[in-house]
Amino acid sequence: MSVATERVRRFRLFRGETERGREERRLGWMLCAPAVIAMLAVTAYPIGYAIVLSFQDLDLRFPEEGGFAGLSNYGAVLSSELWWQDLFNTAFVTVITVAVELVIGMAIALVMYRAIFGRGAVRVGVLVPYGIVTVVAAFAWQFAFLPDVGFVNKLPLIADDKAWFGDRFSAFAVIIMAEVWKTTPFIALLLLAGLTTIDDGLYEAARVDGANAVQRFFRITLPLMKPAILVALLFRTLDAFRVFDTIFIMTRGAQDTESVSILGFNQLISRLNLGLGSAVSVLIFFSVLIIAFIFIRGFGVRMAEGRPGR
Amino acid sequence: MRRYVAGPGVGLGTALCTLALLAGCGGSDNGGGATSLNWFVQIQPGGSFQEVAKRCSDESNGRYQIELELLPTDASQAREQLVRRLGAEDSTIDVVGMDVVWTAEFANAEWLREFPEQEGRQVTKGVFDSVVDTATFENKLYGAPFNSNTQLLWYRTDEIKQAPTTWDEMIDEGEKIGPAGGLIQVQANQYEGFTAWFNALLESAGGHILSGPETVDLPKGPTDEALAVMGRLGNSPVAAPDIDTSTEDTARLGFEAGDSAFMVNYTFAYASAQANAPDVAKNMGFAPYPRVVANKPSRPPLGGFNLGVSAFSDHPEEAFDAAACLSNPDSQLTATELDGLPPSNQTLYTDKVVRKAYPGFADLVESSIDTAGPRPATAAYQDVSLAIQRSLHPPSSIDPDDVTSKYDELRSDLEDAVKREGLL
Repeated sequence: MSVATERVRRFRLFRGETERGREERRLGWMLCAPAVIAMLAVTAYPIGYAIVLSFQDLDLRFPEEGGFAGLSNYGAVLSSELWWQDLFNTAFVTVITVAVELVIGMAIALVMYRAIFGRGAVRVGVLVPYGIVTVVAAFAWQFAFLPDVGFVNKLPLIADDKAWFGDRFSAFAVIIMAEVWKTTPFIALLLLAGLTTIDDGLYEAARVDGANAVQRFFRITLPLMKPAILVALLFRTLDAFRVFDTIFIMTRGAQDTESVSILGFNQLISRLNLGLGSAVSVLIFFSVLIIAFIFIRGFGVRMAEGRPGR
Repeated sequence: MRRYVAGPGVGLGTALCTLALLAGCGGSDNGGGATSLNWFVQIQPGGSFQEVAKRCSDESNGRYQIELELLPTDASQAREQLVRRLGAEDSTIDVVGMDVVWTAEFANAEWLREFPEQEGRQVTKGVFDSVVDTATFENKLYGAPFNSNTQLLWYRTDEIKQAPTTWDEMIDEGEKIGPAGGLIQVQANQYEGFTAWFNALLESAGGHILSGPETVDLPKGPTDEALAVMGRLGNSPVAAPDIDTSTEDTARLGFEAGDSAFMVNYTFAYASAQANAPDVAKNMGFAPYPRVVANKPSRPPLGGFNLGVSAFSDHPEEAFDAAACLSNPDSQLTATELDGLPPSNQTLYTDKVVRKAYPGFADLVESSIDTAGPRPATAAYQDVSLAIQRSLHPPSSIDPDDVTSKYDELRSDLEDAVKREGLL
């Protein structure tokens, strides 16, 4: 036995690690190896490939050209007014939808939790929008708001010929409504999970002490649900930031409603400019990483919160 | 689009292709010994493509069997599906149904085979010169012209005594009637149709977008005239309320609803009105596409399909023969009869099928295609089209009295686009 391995052995003994523990750890790695390999194949490889492409001057329409482009694709994206405009649009849609969804989602979670009769029916009913394919939901909302075929223009107080997708404000309004309708159930479900972890005894004690419903909500429910709320916000923010389908169906980015994902699509699929498009994709990826970082470091989201046995 | 950040989805595409191959979609030979050819083309409601595919398969005497693979009617969506396959060198595509503006891009990307001389002569015989140009790139023929298409001015004969000849006259007449019956229907959503509209206006004013595949033309005088027309209509009370999201279909629906006096649209609008709005169709007049300048003839938009042969096809010989058959005069007449698509062969306009499909206006369709102003031929066409849409949409953003700033914006965006620089 060499000096080095002997040192490792002593170190492990020092840490209190037994032979058995090591065996279990090895077994653990072997058991999750297939999943890790699959993850690497479908996630790490495409991400790595996109990063490689983003440093190249590669346009499928011009096969003779190409080569290493250095940082020029990133320069082109970051110096473009369009990128910042679309980043703003995306952030705008993200902030508004997530904020609205949090409020409505909390209300729905409370209703689901407190529902006395038909609890199952309420929970299933709330989840229906989330079960509908985003593209289908986007078409449904688009048809509802089209002046010639939709019903919205026929409602009282709304101009019959209002072209909802013809100006930026109303187009954003419809996009945000469709997004909120579609994904609020997701937030509600995560919040419901958080609600069920709160001990009912706390409410009873508060009631005995004379706390009213509002006080109970702000003093007990909210603080104890903070981990669940932050996890729900993190998931939904990451999801909302990649908004694509709804905008693609409704305006395709017209009226200045374009999101960064649509910008990437235009470079990659419409222009077949793989270098520039990959640079946009990589920048979106970094934006998502930054959001996750802010949530985890800034707000202290603990993904493993509530896990037993720790 | 969960996968989106991870890249262009190359892996997924490959996986799907593999699945398709396993399922037998890519199989080349069927039991009878006939070669199976896949024809990818945008769906048409009348069923003419199914009809010609069947006839040509039968006429090949067992040499090949044409399978239709239908693409979305929206040109951009159809193109997206095609370029993803062609970019991945998918051998399941044999015959490519191409919109007239795709030729340069597909040819430059080396996705198409050049037509051999003899076949080339055969498929262009009698075809409008304007249409042959759309199938040609760097003096080589890459497509067999199938159907053509063009826009006419449609108007209400019960409201308008004499069709206007210019856009200004048309807007004047519409404004005289007012928004309650004088609306003007165009295609000005942020999409390819918007580029087609701008190009037609600029060509009518005597200018071109490009003077070569990578050189911007955009002469100041004619461009200003074209922009002024867009700006005037965009800001007029008789622009359709949904002008900023208008397409061929919303224009047709708007006209059929009865409160419009004018519409520029493709020939399908006539048959559509006959079927959906007989009261409107009764008073539906037709005239040449409006001029921009009174003393210059208009140059209407040019649409249609050319049939190319994929560079990745395993059966190019059969595919060239199939493309020739699918686009021959008989096939063109089938498309006219069942789907109202104008033939690309000029000699067919005296045929009774065409006369019946375009009662009274077959000659107008013919002269309109003959004098049409094609959109620019460049491998960077998508960039050019996106740049035009970005800088000019919505039309109401153009000040008709002072188009200078819009002109400068358009010019600088186009200079970037032909060099394929920057985001679009």
